[in-house]
Amino acid sequence: MSNFGYVAPTTVEETLSVLQRAANHGQRAQILAGGTDVIVQMRSVDNSHRLFVDIKTLQETNDVRIEEAQIYIGAAVPSGVLNENTPLKTLLPGLLEAADLIGSTQIQGRASIGGNLCNSSPAGDTIPALIANSSQCVIATNDGSRTVPAEDFVTGVGRNCLVSNEFLLGFLIPRPVVGTGDSYLRFIPRTEMDIAVAGAAVSVTLNRDGICTHARVAIGAVAPTPLLVVAAGTALVGTPVDADALQRAAQMCCEISQPINDKRGTIVYRRKVVGVLCRRAGAIARERAFSSLN
Amino acid sequence: MSKIYVSTTVNGRPEDVLCEAHQTLLELLRDEIGLTGTKEGCGTGDCGACTVLLDDRLVCACLVLAPEANGKQITTVEGIADSQDGLHIVQQKLLEHAALQCGICTPGFVVAAKALLDKNPNPDEETIRYWLAGNLCRCTGYDKIIRAVQDAAQELAMTK
Repeated sequence: MSNFGYVAPTTVEETLSVLQRAANHGQRAQILAGGTDVIVQMRSVDNSHRLFVDIKTLQETNDVRIEEAQIYIGAAVPSGVLNENTPLKTLLPGLLEAADLIGSTQIQGRASIGGNLCNSSPAGDTIPALIANSSQCVIATNDGSRTVPAEDFVTGVGRNCLVSNEFLLGFLIPRPVVGTGDSYLRFIPRTEMDIAVAGAAVSVTLNRDGICTHARVAIGAVAPTPLLVVAAGTALVGTPVDADALQRAAQMCCEISQPINDKRGTIVYRRKVVGVLCRRAGAIARERAFSSLN
Repeated sequence: MSKIYVSTTVNGRPEDVLCEAHQTLLELLRDEIGLTGTKEGCGTGDCGACTVLLDDRLVCACLVLAPEANGKQITTVEGIADSQDGLHIVQQKLLEHAALQCGICTPGFVVAAKALLDKNPNPDEETIRYWLAGNLCRCTGYDKIIRAVQDAAQELAMTK
C-alpha cells in the first residue's frame, strides 16, 4: 500500500479545498497538468509520497478564449492543442512556436504552457515568450484569484511565487494590436528536442510609419530565472527596429545575462549567443509586425 | 491509501481495473490489463516505445498516471490492425521494408505513424521525420521506417 493519492476535482473551489485538506493533514499535494515534468521527476529525483491533484478536469484550465482586448489560455491546455488553434497561432506565433519547440509529438499531446512556467526552469522555452507578450498569470487562491506578471512568477531555479493552497489557472495576454509581432528563438546543438543553451523572445509594435512604439524583450537559460530585459525593449522603441537598434538591444541582453558554465555551454558562449538570438528574434518580430500592418 | 478504481476503454473494450495513484498508464496496460504490446524503453518520455493514443491524442503511456485513464479512450498497438488476421497498412509496410530489427520500438512507431496518416494522409518526408522524432530506434537508422511510412501513405492514397 502506498501513500500516493490521486484526485481530479471538477471545480476550482473543490481543488482549493482538496489542497487545504492536504495541508491540514500535513500531506504533500502536487498539482498535475500534463505531467511531462512531474511524472519524470517522481520517477527519478524525488519519489516521495504525495497527493496528485489533477487540474485537467477544470473548465478554467482548459479554456482558450480570444476576446476583443485580451486572450485567455488555460494553464493545462496541451501545446499540441494550442498549435492546432489557427486564430491563436496568427495572433501569438512566437508564443506558440516556443510551445512547439518543447518535446516530441507525444510530449506535446500533454505538456502545457502552464506546466512549463510552474516547473520554473531557467530554460523553460515558453517563459520568455510569455514575458515578451506581457502575460499575466492568473492564480487561484482561497480568496478568489490574483494575477502576477509572467516576469515576476519564477523566483529562482525551480522556484516560483505560488504558495500553498494556490495553483495556476491560466494566462491573460493583451490581444496584440495591429502592427504587433512576436518571436522566440533558442539555440540548441541539435535540430530539436533539447534544452535551450540560450533563448530570446521579442514582441514589437510598429506604427504606420514602421516606427516601433512598444517593445518587450525577454531572455532565457542565461540567468537563474528567465529575465525581462527592459533596456532592450527601450532600445527598440522609437526606431525602425533596424540592424543598429537590434544590435543595441542585443547588447543589453548580453550585459544583463548571468549565465553558468555547464555541459550545454560556457558563460562566454551563452552571453554572446543570447545577443545573437535577440537580434534574430527581433528581426522576425519586426517582419511579422509589418505584415500585420498590410 | 486504498486502490483507485479506473473504468476505461482500451481498443474499444471496456476495462475496469484497480490501480495505485503513482502507477503509470503503461503499467496499467501491461501489468493489470495484460496488453504487453506497448513497450517500456526509457520510462521518461524520451524514446516513444510506449506510445499510445489517449482520447485520439498521441502520448507516452509512461508519462500518464494510471488513474488519469478513467473515462478515457485508449488505443494501443493491439488495436491498430484492421481485423483479426489482417495488418494495418503501416504494419504491412514496416514488414515489407524490413523497417525493424529488434522490434522494441516498433509498436510505438506503428501507433505514431498511423496517427500521422489519420491526421495528414499525404505527409512529406520532413513532416514524417519531425512527427516521428519522439520515437527512437537504435537498429534501423530510421531510413527504412520513413520509406515504409511514405509507402503506406501512397498506398492509402491509391485505395481511396
